Amino acid sequence: MSELALVDAVRLALARAMAEDETVLLLGEDIGIDGGVFRATDGLLKRFGEARVIDTPLSESLFAGLAVGLGAQGFRPVIEYQFMGFIYPAIDQVLNHAGRLRNRTRGRLACPMVIRAPFGGGIHAPEHHSESSEALFAHIPGIRVVVPSSPAKAYGLLLAAIRDPDPVVFLEPKRVYRAPKEAVADDGSALPLDKAFVLREGRDVTLVSWGAMLRETLAAAETLAAEGKEAEVVDVATLKPLDMETILASVERTGRCVIVHEAPLSGGVGAEIAAGLADRGLLHLLAPVRRVAGYDTVMPLPRLEAHYMPTEQRILRATQETLAYS
Amino acid sequence: MTQVASFTVEYSGFLDATGKIATALPAFAQVPEALIALYKAMVLTRTFDAKAVSLQRTGRLGTFASSLGQEAVPVGLGAAMRPEDLLLPSFRDQGAQFLRGVTMTELLLYWGGDERGSDFAGPREDFPVCVPVGTQAPQAAGVALAFKLRDEARVAVCVFGDGATSRGDVYEAMNFAALHALPLVFLVNNNQWAISVPRGRQTAAETLAQKAIAAGMPGLQADGNDVIAVRHVVGEAIERARQGAGPSLIEALTYRLSDHTTADDASRYREDSEVSARWKKDPIARLRGYLTDAGLWTKTTEEALIAECTAQVEAAVEDYLATPPMPPEAMFEHLYAELPKSLEAQRAEVSEGRGP
Repeated sequence: MSELALVDAVRLALARAMAEDETVLLLGEDIGIDGGVFRATDGLLKRFGEARVIDTPLSESLFAGLAVGLGAQGFRPVIEYQFMGFIYPAIDQVLNHAGRLRNRTRGRLACPMVIRAPFGGGIHAPEHHSESSEALFAHIPGIRVVVPSSPAKAYGLLLAAIRDPDPVVFLEPKRVYRAPKEAVADDGSALPLDKAFVLREGRDVTLVSWGAMLRETLAAAETLAAEGKEAEVVDVATLKPLDMETILASVERTGRCVIVHEAPLSGGVGAEIAAGLADRGLLHLLAPVRRVAGYDTVMPLPRLEAHYMPTEQRILRATQETLAYS
Repeated sequence: MTQVASFTVEYSGFLDATGKIATALPAFAQVPEALIALYKAMVLTRTFDAKAVSLQRTGRLGTFASSLGQEAVPVGLGAAMRPEDLLLPSFRDQGAQFLRGVTMTELLLYWGGDERGSDFAGPREDFPVCVPVGTQAPQAAGVALAFKLRDEARVAVCVFGDGATSRGDVYEAMNFAALHALPLVFLVNNNQWAISVPRGRQTAAETLAQKAIAAGMPGLQADGNDVIAVRHVVGEAIERARQGAGPSLIEALTYRLSDHTTADDASRYREDSEVSARWKKDPIARLRGYLTDAGLWTKTTEEALIAECTAQVEAAVEDYLATPPMPPEAMFEHLYAELPKSLEAQRAEVSEGRGP
């Protein structure tokens, strides 16, 4: 079992899925000979041929629509947007078609498709390359929104997403694309969708996050442990549909919760989780639910980026206030 | 200066407005039964449309888009397709859908607000009505790519209106289809009006067909009020596509005699005189003129056909009106292949009648 980076685990899962199911196709810009701008598809053209690894023209509306047509015809297309900043034309196809085709035809047609896109800030990328817009998709009925947080999660969740009979938006946290590495077994085992993962157990407070921000969240939990406070860390992983049961079960034990995400605060997925806690977990709460999130600003360009991104310090401050609340 | 490329757009029409042969008829149109079948399909479509509009006016159907005056376009298309081909229609292509085996009851259910109207018992792979204009064009390219990858001798046909040709995703679809020589035909139903915007204010392009040329495929025009022309030009494009010669775009020139939909009032933006002048080019009267002159059609056959179409439509209306709504929790069915656990409480609220 080798140590892999997240982007390598993505490639491994794609190769595995393509090898086991010939209806799996890849489409996107520069995914062929160039192997994708982050090299997530490197070598796949050579291995699977140009009928299955299709470089599209520069047309972001097109390939979401292609995937709907291919999916309705029984293929399992996996399309790549180079960055989340270029994914927005796909919302038309996802909201108007992919998410509703099964329902509006009473199961006659469906869209087993995966939309992959790297997302998030912290890599000093140019404008439009750093946003976290997962909430836009998490609001759409009939689809799944999945965010892996580590190489092993990326491998297992991407396999699950490709095998899933419904549309999945699979958002890859590019800040942790190359590091840290993790042992990943290429055994074809998928991880469950619609399920949050408890990454660390603790009795004092629940920290909830997803994607790259789990790095700071886990670091904060480590720091708290040194101070004698045990934080439970939940990786939401599937943002839509949301596994509130796992989060509620944790908060029932800890009574305190801090939600961490990089996307802007207002209307973020954190708000949905906080509402779920208010709705069904209020009597277990010993302190107000806090959110540590990006600000409701335009994502700053790299010079100010670090001031926008939630840091371990911000997470610690909110958590300590939560722990001190009585 | 050197000319590096030149392009042409060809126009086809066979019958003039009175039904006289202007150009020698293509082979299929030499067979009287074929022409009578086209005529019957147009009359059935018009009968259905008229009934649907009246159902809407009396509160028994939702918003509906009539194809009045444009029947030759969907009927010519439907007749040109083979059963194994796949239609991605717009919202005004009932004439083609009926020929594909979609039932009148199904379309009444759809426009009457019931999802089961898109669960076609006949053409199981055809796409349902597409309301967001032109968004089915990239999907059609995906379907055609599926046919090509599986090496199937099938063709996808995508229909949209003149307005859709201004959309970026329609161009993206045409570009990709031509690039990969996909078995795909784009049919533009140019009815001259995108709700209130006339063709002349939609684009400065001289023809809509020429938009195909930029994408690298043939763009052709057909007289959209001559069902023989539509059937012929679309049929040739479909067979070219089937043989691996790639996609085409056909611009069928017709006219929307009705409002955009029952929710529209065209008198706000166009003159009645324009509409009445266009009635003189009615595709149904035109073919009837030809058939009558050829001794293939009489007052008696016409009356019998009207009676038959009316009976068929009335039977479908009866079926539709007698279909009870689905139970409320049906909105949760087929949302996902398997309903996620997190949605069970919402479904329970609806099925237990605790909703509003």
